[in-house]
Amino acid sequence: MIDIVSISKFFNGKVAVDQISLQAKEGEVLVLLGTSGCGKTTTLKMINRLIEPDKGQIFIAGKDIRERDIHDLRRQIGFVMQHAGLFPHYTVARNIAVVPELLKWEKKTISLRTAELLHKLNLGEEILQRYPHELSGGQQQRVGIARALIADSPILLMDEPFGALDNITKADIHAEFRSLEEIRSKTIILVTHDVSEAFELGQLICLMDKGKIVQIGTPKELLYRPANEFVANFFAENRLLLEYKVTTLQELQGITAIDPFISRYGFTLSTDLWHATQVLSMHTDAAQAYETLVGAFNNYRKQQVV
Amino acid sequence: MKAQSFWQFILEQQDKLLTQIGQHLGLTFLSLVFAILIGVPLGVLISRKRKFAAIILGFAGVLQTVPSIALLGFLIPVLGIGAIPAIVALFIYALLPIIRNTFTGITGVGSGIVEAAKAMGMTAWQLLLRVELPLAMPVIIAGVRTAAVINVGVATLASFVAAGGLGEFIFGGISLNNSNMILAGAIPAALLAILLDKGIALIQYSQVNIKSRQTYIILGIFTAVCILSMLYMVMRSNDSRIKAGFTPEFMGRQDGDLGLRSIYGLQVNPLVVSDAIMYKAAYEKDLDLISGYSTDGRIKAYDLFVLADDKKIFPPYFAAPIIKTATLQKFPKLEETMNLLADKFNDSVMTDLNYRADFLKQTPEHIAKDFLLHNNLYKPTGSGSAGTIKVGSKIFAEQYILAAIYKILIEGHTDYKVDTKTGLGGTKICFDALVSDAIDCYVEYTGTGLLVLLKPNQQVLGSVSKSPSDTYNYVNNEFQRLYGIKWLKPLGFNNAYALMMRRSQARELHIERISDLKKYY
Repeated sequence: MIDIVSISKFFNGKVAVDQISLQAKEGEVLVLLGTSGCGKTTTLKMINRLIEPDKGQIFIAGKDIRERDIHDLRRQIGFVMQHAGLFPHYTVARNIAVVPELLKWEKKTISLRTAELLHKLNLGEEILQRYPHELSGGQQQRVGIARALIADSPILLMDEPFGALDNITKADIHAEFRSLEEIRSKTIILVTHDVSEAFELGQLICLMDKGKIVQIGTPKELLYRPANEFVANFFAENRLLLEYKVTTLQELQGITAIDPFISRYGFTLSTDLWHATQVLSMHTDAAQAYETLVGAFNNYRKQQVV
Repeated sequence: MKAQSFWQFILEQQDKLLTQIGQHLGLTFLSLVFAILIGVPLGVLISRKRKFAAIILGFAGVLQTVPSIALLGFLIPVLGIGAIPAIVALFIYALLPIIRNTFTGITGVGSGIVEAAKAMGMTAWQLLLRVELPLAMPVIIAGVRTAAVINVGVATLASFVAAGGLGEFIFGGISLNNSNMILAGAIPAALLAILLDKGIALIQYSQVNIKSRQTYIILGIFTAVCILSMLYMVMRSNDSRIKAGFTPEFMGRQDGDLGLRSIYGLQVNPLVVSDAIMYKAAYEKDLDLISGYSTDGRIKAYDLFVLADDKKIFPPYFAAPIIKTATLQKFPKLEETMNLLADKFNDSVMTDLNYRADFLKQTPEHIAKDFLLHNNLYKPTGSGSAGTIKVGSKIFAEQYILAAIYKILIEGHTDYKVDTKTGLGGTKICFDALVSDAIDCYVEYTGTGLLVLLKPNQQVLGSVSKSPSDTYNYVNNEFQRLYGIKWLKPLGFNNAYALMMRRSQARELHIERISDLKKYY
């Protein structure tokens, strides 16, 4: 869907993005991860031409984006930014309706679609006539997401979308976002410096440093088969947490019997180990089950690290 | 004659007052509209091309610092007199706050918001009209407010270039020592400034409903502006064949427009114009008939023809220095020294001195020294250790020259030091300065002392205006009795009002006497 071919960008003669190539497939969430200044945001903004690359090409659905009308291109790419980026002089309703208005949708269509999205994002209709400054940070960010989703564009770019939120709100929105069916068919590129966010939302993680890609892979690949020391060190701090998060019950199936857990605690095969152990640790009578699960994980882990 | 109360004055002059308010609003709004039409796009432009920002803001800032009177002075040779130079000057003053606030407002829109708008796919125009201008609007309107208040103030000076407005009352009142007239101009001007400021502030704070209410208010104001401006333009149209321009002081004097009406029966309906630009305007055919001073050097310079005063409304008056008797006692040698100039002038001498200042551009000091040398009165400056005398002057060439002559004369013949306070705006300002000891002496004219300062009743007026020396004796006695101020010996020239026009036009129209004007008015 998105094909980035060897793009570079220089600011004042200093390289910000250095010959990066990557691909994002339809229906996939690709996370650009790295510390600030690594070039991840620059890379993202080159996709909707907020920044023009100095070298290289970007193709969307096989077409070079520079051959398309810039406004047309942008109207077909959803964009979510840090601090929501809502227009302070517009009501929530008008903020959400910006792109459809540019696309000259009918009023009726806009309001139906708005209502639908509000419902999906757990926002009440009463906020429609409010102004952004009257909303909480979490509400603002949800409105920002609604604005990016309303035109149902096939691509969604997200620039540190949850960076300004507190941890509890962030966890809620992460859960909502993952369960949002709207995003299933979209190609999503998400920029973050938050490792656990990357693991929570990303199907593919692209770790960047100093304008270059260090490693691209699934969360599991990055954890268990780091390309070099930089990658290993990058995840060292929260390593155990991350390992729990990337492991699902399904993967432990060969090691211990999973079915009892599923029936008893309402888990599914795709429930991650982090979630499962948290639930178990809250049940006073589940100490044995907890031990079993952790034991199984330790065995599983040995197989991975080899 | 009983002193008139402020309300009586307002009631009596209400037509004039309404006209002036209309003109004032017209000038203010018209220039403001132009300044918005030019300033906002310029502000947007420099917010796009930042490298021009310093140049354009700097240039507008320099224009802003040019004193308003000087700016009008620069504009007259190019644009003549009347509403156009006034509107251009006001436009220039309104420009800076509007450009600067537009620039500040637009650059103050958060970069995140601009980026969001671009990322949504807005074109440059959509970004400007839907996001940047609405968000910058409170700052832009604050700039318009500043500009409006500045313009209401500066528009009072429009009367100097015959563009009307409340300045006619204000400056007329200052010249004529008429506080009611000053207040009748100043109070409405202050109220206009406050009302405009508050009115525009209403728009600024009614941000809530951008689409509907605000738009209507703005549209309403624009319609009002257009109607006012048109009214204003209609009022300015003057189809008389001989276009007259009189000074504010002349308008209110018995030996002026009042006399022209009552004695000659002439309803001139002149433009009101400052004497500083009147002669030039006549020369450049912006005006045809002006109220000049009989000794002014520009009569000679511009070849103007003085109409004969066949019904004697401009009696000859003496010029003489006036000074408090207390001051004369404090500086014993002063009276004797100043009286050295008694009868050293006559009309043609004074006219020649004025001509050298007005036309040959010699400095008053240079002319003064020449004059004293010529009369064998020049002595080098003394020690200046015996105290300081403050000599004042009104704001025209003759007075500057006389002040310079007295300075050299007194400093040469005595050990007093002289400070000159030149360019005091009018009779009232000079006289009040003298009474309050801000100055010690200045040269006044017996006619002005009589008609502007003493204002006796018709009967007394008739009896003392018979001869110049009767007038001199009367004002001298009354001034000593009322104010403790003495008129020193007359200088020997008369300076009276006179009506004048270009010699060529007077010849063409066969006008020699003021009565000949009757067929044109």
